[in-house]
Amino acid sequence: MQVNESFRPTIVAFCCNWCSYAGADLAGTNRLQYPADVKIIRIPCSCRLNPLFILRAFQRGADGVILCGCHPGDCHYTTGNYYARRRMTLLFSMLDYLGIERERTRVEWVSAAEGAKFAETMNSFVETVARLGENKRLEDLRCKSE
Amino acid sequence: MQERVKAKAIELLESGACTRVLGWKAGEFFYDVTPAVFTSREEVERDFVFGPFCGANLSKYLIAESRKGGKVGAFLKPCDTYSFRQLQKEHRVLRENVYAVGVQCIGMCDIEAVKAAGMKGVVGAEERGEDLVVRTLYGERTMERRAALAERCQVCKSKKLLDCDERIGGQGEELSSARFDGVARLEAMTAEERFAFWRGELSRCIRCNACRNVCPACSCEKCVFDNPASGAENKAAADSFEENLFHIIRAFHVAGRCTDCGECSRVCPQHIPLHLLNRKFIKDINELYGGYQAGEDPETRPPLVDFRLDDPEPSVVHERGRKG
Amino acid sequence: MRKLPVARLNELFAAIAAERKLYIPAGDAKTAAFTLWREGLEMTKALNTSRSAKDLFFPQVENLVDFKVSGREIEIVESRDPGESFVVFGVRACDCRSFDILDKVFLCDPADTYYQSRRENGVVVTLACKEPEETCFCTALGVDPADPAGDVTGWTEGEDLYLRANTEKGESLLAGLPLFVEGEKPETDRSVFGRLPLKELDWSAFGGEKMMELFSSPAWESLAESCLGCGTCTFVCPTCQCYDVKDFKTNDGVRRFRCWDSCMYSDFTLMSAGQPRPTQLERFRQRFMHKLVYYPSNHEGEFGCVGCGRCLQKCPISMNIVKVARALGEEAKP
Repeated sequence: MQVNESFRPTIVAFCCNWCSYAGADLAGTNRLQYPADVKIIRIPCSCRLNPLFILRAFQRGADGVILCGCHPGDCHYTTGNYYARRRMTLLFSMLDYLGIERERTRVEWVSAAEGAKFAETMNSFVETVARLGENKRLEDLRCKSE
Repeated sequence: MQERVKAKAIELLESGACTRVLGWKAGEFFYDVTPAVFTSREEVERDFVFGPFCGANLSKYLIAESRKGGKVGAFLKPCDTYSFRQLQKEHRVLRENVYAVGVQCIGMCDIEAVKAAGMKGVVGAEERGEDLVVRTLYGERTMERRAALAERCQVCKSKKLLDCDERIGGQGEELSSARFDGVARLEAMTAEERFAFWRGELSRCIRCNACRNVCPACSCEKCVFDNPASGAENKAAADSFEENLFHIIRAFHVAGRCTDCGECSRVCPQHIPLHLLNRKFIKDINELYGGYQAGEDPETRPPLVDFRLDDPEPSVVHERGRKG
Repeated sequence: MRKLPVARLNELFAAIAAERKLYIPAGDAKTAAFTLWREGLEMTKALNTSRSAKDLFFPQVENLVDFKVSGREIEIVESRDPGESFVVFGVRACDCRSFDILDKVFLCDPADTYYQSRRENGVVVTLACKEPEETCFCTALGVDPADPAGDVTGWTEGEDLYLRANTEKGESLLAGLPLFVEGEKPETDRSVFGRLPLKELDWSAFGGEKMMELFSSPAWESLAESCLGCGTCTFVCPTCQCYDVKDFKTNDGVRRFRCWDSCMYSDFTLMSAGQPRPTQLERFRQRFMHKLVYYPSNHEGEFGCVGCGRCLQKCPISMNIVKVARALGEEAKP
C-alpha cells in the first residue's frame, strides 16, 4: 500500500479519568514518545462514551477514534467498562457494516500504571490510521478547512 | 376474522370492560386504513376494519392511550404484542389500563409491494386462496399473495401472541425465519461494496422522521435530533455525514430493544431498507451474547444493559473482518 | 406541433444535455426521482416521482451565506449556487401547477432571489398523464392532467412524442434542437380520468371565508389522533413551502443554510416564548388550514393543493388531505 508520508492523521483518544488518563500522564513523566496527533479527551468512565461522541469526532475532522478505559474488573465504578465493551463492540461492528474502515476505531484497556502501554497503543494506532489515510467515509465536508 | 374482531370490539364497549377500543379505520380505498379509537357500536360497525392491509402496529399508541384514564381495548397482531411487552418492560405502557386482544395473523399485505409488482391505479383487491386478485383502473390482475406481503411478513419470526387478555384465532408459534439473510449478504461484501450500498440507500433519506416516529422503541419525549441543546439537532441532512449519523444513532439507540416489527421499513417514503440496520444489531447480539428476542419475556435484562465477565473484546470486529 | 419518435427520446436527452443540465424522472416504482441525466439513464415507468419536482426549485437544503472568522475579522461570503441553466423533463400537470402556488409565495415582493434564480434558469417540460393512479385527484382541483402547462408541454401518443412550446423559454429550447418533424397530435383519450375514484371530491366547505368555523371544528381531534408527527406529508408535498434558517458551526466560522421545515414537527416556529402549537392537534390542523383556508384567503380562493396524491401514498398511517376534506366537508353539511 502506498503510504503518504506527509499525511498526519488527527486522532481523538477518549480516556477514562481513573486509569488511561493517568496512564497518559505517566507516559509523559516517563518521557515516552507518542505522536502529537493524538488529542486526549478526558471522560469520567469509559462507559460515559456515547456513540454520538465518536461520530461527532469523525465529523469534526478525526481520522481515528480510540477509547481507553480501565481493564475489565478494575472499573472505578465496578462495572462501567463492561457496558462500554458491549456498546463499542456493537458500534464498531455497525460502522464496519456501513463500509467504514474498521481500523479507524479501537478500544484498549490501559491502567494508570501502564504509561508504556499507553505510548505503545498510541504509536500503533496512529500508524494504522496514517496508513488508512484521511477519513473520507465519515467526513463532513463543511468541517474541512479550505 | 374481521367479523370476530368487530364483534369483540362491540362486546368490550357494551359490557363496559373498556371505555374505548383501538383498531383500524376504513379509508378511501381498501388499503389505506388508519389507526383509530372507537367509542361506540355505531362507529365500530361503520368504520372498523380488520383485513390484509392492517399492517400498522398499534402498540405505540398505547403509551398515550393507557394514560388517558379508563381502560382501552387494543387489538394486537403477534408482532405487535412483542412491542407491547417491550414497552411494558420499559415502563412506557400502563398494563393495567389496557385490555389486550391478540389477533392471529397470516401476514399483512403492503400496497407498496402491490404497486412494485407493476399494478397501477389499484382500486380493489380480494384474497383468493394463495392469490391476491387486484382490480385496477386498467383491468383485473392476479398476483401471488405472498409477493404482496410486507417485507417483515415475508420473513415472519413468530406467530406467538404474548401477554394478551384473550386471543382471537388461537395461539401461534415461533417460526424459523430467513430474516437475517439480507444482513448476511451484506456482511459477505467488501467494505467498499457495503459503503456504496449504504450511500445509495441513505442518500435518499429526506429526514421525515417517519421511521423514528412510528417506531415503538423510539419513545423518548425529546429526541436528541430535535433538541437544540444536544449539539446533534438537525432538521435536514445538510451533508452526507448527517444522513449516516441519524441512522447509526437511531439504530444504536434501539439496539437490544428493537423487536424487529419492521414498521420503519414499511413507512419509509423513500423505501430505505432500515430493517437491515436493526437486524444487524440483533444478529450481532445473538452471535456475540447469546440469542435474545426483545419483547419476548418481561424479565431478562436487555443485552445493552447487561454484560458477562467473559464478553468478547471489541477487537472481535477487527478479527472477524480479517478472517472474512 | 413538433413530433419525435419515442424511440429517439435518448437522442433528445443527449441533445438537451449537451447544452445544459437535464433532469428526468428515473428509477423504479419505489425510488423514482428526478435525476441528472447521463448516457443510458431511462425514464421511469412510474407515473410520478416519490419527491416532487419542487425539489429542483426549492431544494431541501440550500446554502445562504458563510461567515468566515479569522482572529477579529469576519468575512461574509455568499455561498449560493451560481444558478446554472437547466431543463427538467417529464413534470406532471400536478407538479407543474405547484410552481404557480410556490411562485405566489416566493416571488411576491420581496422576492426570494434563491427561488427566483432557479425559476428563471429552469425550463419545465411537462408530460401529459395517460395512466393515472387511483390516488390522483388533480382533476378535482382544476388541473388538466392531459394538457399540462409548463414551458413546453409533451404528449406521448402511439409511438410518438409531441411537443408544444408554451413560452419563449420553451420555444428557444425546442428551436435549438434539430430533431423534430412537424406533426398533428391525435386527440387524447380522456376516458380514464372519468373513472378516477376521487374525481368528484367536494371542496365547497373550504376557502378563506370559512376560517373561524373550520378552525374550531371538533373534527380535528379525531383526525389528528393517529398522526405520528412525522414530516412525510410535508416533505413529499409539491406545495409545502415552510423552511427554517439554521447556522452550522464549521471549523472556521459559520455556515448559514435553510432547510425544509414541517408544521408537523414539535419545534416548528418555536419561539422564545414557547411553541405556539403545543400539541399534534394544532400542528395537524395548521397543515390543512394552510392549504385549504389560509392560502386561498391570501390568493383569491386558490387552494394550496394540486391533487398529486403523494400524501395519500406516503403517509405511514394513511391520514391525508382527502380524509380531512371528507370529514370536515361532512360536518359542514347542513
